[in-house]
Amino acid sequence: MQKIMVCIKRVVDYNVRIRVKPDGSGVMLDGVKMSVNPFDEIALEEALRIKERGTNIEVLAVSIGVADTQQQLRTALAMGADRAILVQTDAAVEPLTAAQIFLALAKKESPDLIFLGKQAIDDDANQTGQMLAAIWQRPQATYASKVEISGEKASVTREVDAGLETIEIDLPAVVTVDLRLNEPRYVKLPDIMKAKKKPLDVTSLDALGVSAGVLLRTVKTEPPAQRQKGVMVKDVAELVDVLKKKGLI
Amino acid sequence: MHKVLIVGEHDGKTLNPATAKCVTCARGIADGEIAIVLLGADTAAVAAQAAALAGVKSVLRVDRPENEHPLAAIFAPQLAALAADYTHVFGPSTSFGKDLMPRVAALLGVPQVSDLMTVEGPYRFKRPTYAGNAIVTVEADPARKLLATVRVASFQAAAGGGTAAIESKSTAAVLPSHTRYVGARSGSTDRPDLQTAKRVVSGGRALGSADNFKLLFSLADKIGAAVGASRAAVDAGYAPNEMQVGQTGKIISPDIYIAIGISGAIQHLTGIKDARTIVAINKDGEAPIFEVADVGLVGDLFQIVPELERLIGG
Ligand SMILES: Cc1cc2nc3c(=O)[nH]c(=O)nc-3n(C[C@H](O)[C@H](O)[C@H](O)COP(=O)(O)OP(=O)(O)OC[C@H]3O[C@@H](n4cnc5c(N)ncnc54)[C@H](O)[C@@H]3O)c2cc1C
Repeated sequence: MQKIMVCIKRVVDYNVRIRVKPDGSGVMLDGVKMSVNPFDEIALEEALRIKERGTNIEVLAVSIGVADTQQQLRTALAMGADRAILVQTDAAVEPLTAAQIFLALAKKESPDLIFLGKQAIDDDANQTGQMLAAIWQRPQATYASKVEISGEKASVTREVDAGLETIEIDLPAVVTVDLRLNEPRYVKLPDIMKAKKKPLDVTSLDALGVSAGVLLRTVKTEPPAQRQKGVMVKDVAELVDVLKKKGLI
Repeated sequence: MHKVLIVGEHDGKTLNPATAKCVTCARGIADGEIAIVLLGADTAAVAAQAAALAGVKSVLRVDRPENEHPLAAIFAPQLAALAADYTHVFGPSTSFGKDLMPRVAALLGVPQVSDLMTVEGPYRFKRPTYAGNAIVTVEADPARKLLATVRVASFQAAAGGGTAAIESKSTAAVLPSHTRYVGARSGSTDRPDLQTAKRVVSGGRALGSADNFKLLFSLADKIGAAVGASRAAVDAGYAPNEMQVGQTGKIISPDIYIAIGISGAIQHLTGIKDARTIVAINKDGEAPIFEVADVGLVGDLFQIVPELERLIGG
């Protein structure tokens, strides 16, 4: 194991209350706090733990997005990544395109392992890791809650609907992570200072030979249907009464 | 002419109910030209179940030993080959479908619509984003094959009574050996399945221990309910991961959802928006769960739950 690549997405912070623009053209993003996608933080943490257990393992953080995405890559460097690459673009990048971009980076960098979050909390697509594994023609282990590396193989426990499933994969491979894999570390101030000196390269879609076409056109964005506010009952007897009347118990 | 191929989910014995919901979704696009494909070591039993779904024209069986476990790396090349005859390929947005379908899409070089919730036209759909807080309408290019996962909570199961033709299929797909199934741990119980249950009792961090979750199991058994949990309860080890409800857990649509000691974070609410009736029990009258609850009761769950069980018993 020599190199781990971690793919990071800049997203609206999970604490922000999302508001849809009145004209239906999208969600309001002006002045909204942006963060590293929480799942990607877990992905990076896992890479760092593998690095800390091994010797001479490089952790490379990569992202795609607007110039300000450097902020999220600096966070990744402060957490402990050695180096970062931003593929800078103002275009909206769909999962298939993101996978093509990461493939181009994987071909350049030849990582032994690529970690991603299982989904990004903005588009909730849950596609990029699987698509990357497909076009890289390598194994995928999605929804990981435990990753054990031994030599050229990894044993991955996955969170699935029925419980937990374990698979064994040959490296190089793509692993997408679930919430319970680990708890990401907090970034300390000295690390933020140190991160400023770490290399962060900026490249472009053109340089990688990928074009960001529109495959799915978003024609409208609207708020979800609101539920009617219900009734408050005063005690358990009244609760049972209401539920019986509704025929629910 | 649109033709939809649905990737059926099963465990070798039983067809997962999510498949019947995909059929209902597909009928909004191609009534009459719907096929279900089943990959497995022996799909005879589940093929018969799939053939009985109303509106399905054919059931394709792809039986081979390598298909015993649903590994995306093994299934995807076979499905990419079988997709040739279809305009649309759908799978359920269960952990099975979410893992598999994007790999198929990428092999075909086409995009995927995740969590399709409404069919507005053969190439126009609605899907949730931002944990369900923004619903987008997306349009795909009719010149391309369309892959999608179907948000099963948004559709009713197709009825029975169908008589689809069952045929065996094989593909020339080359299967990789780089991915191997090792084993599984499933918390199978006698309780109803969380994803299809009509009644769900769900607990949060307030339960405080795995032992206290027994309070909920006891109530659930009394009313024939499945048991769910918030992420906080699962993270703390009070409940196993398969019980998590929400953005990153299960999206469910029971007739009644009883949230006990759950605050109602948006990531949790995403999973229960389609519940017909939400009941909230929380000691904090300001908890956000009350904003979506149809019936709310403020109080201590450790008093309320045993009393509720007792009074229902009558
Ligand atoms: C990327 C991401 C994904 C997430 N995905 C999910 C997901 O899929 N599902 C999910 O559930 N969460 C998810 N979360 C977590 C979510 O944000 C909340 O942290 C979580 O839902 C809180 O769980 P809780 O309601 O059990 O705990 P808390 O928020 O701590 O709420 C506990 C509640 O119990 C009440 N209470 C305490 N004692 C009692 C008592 N004795 N009697 C009655 N009431 C009592 C309190 O008033 C409080 O309202 C996700 C978060 C992130 C960042």
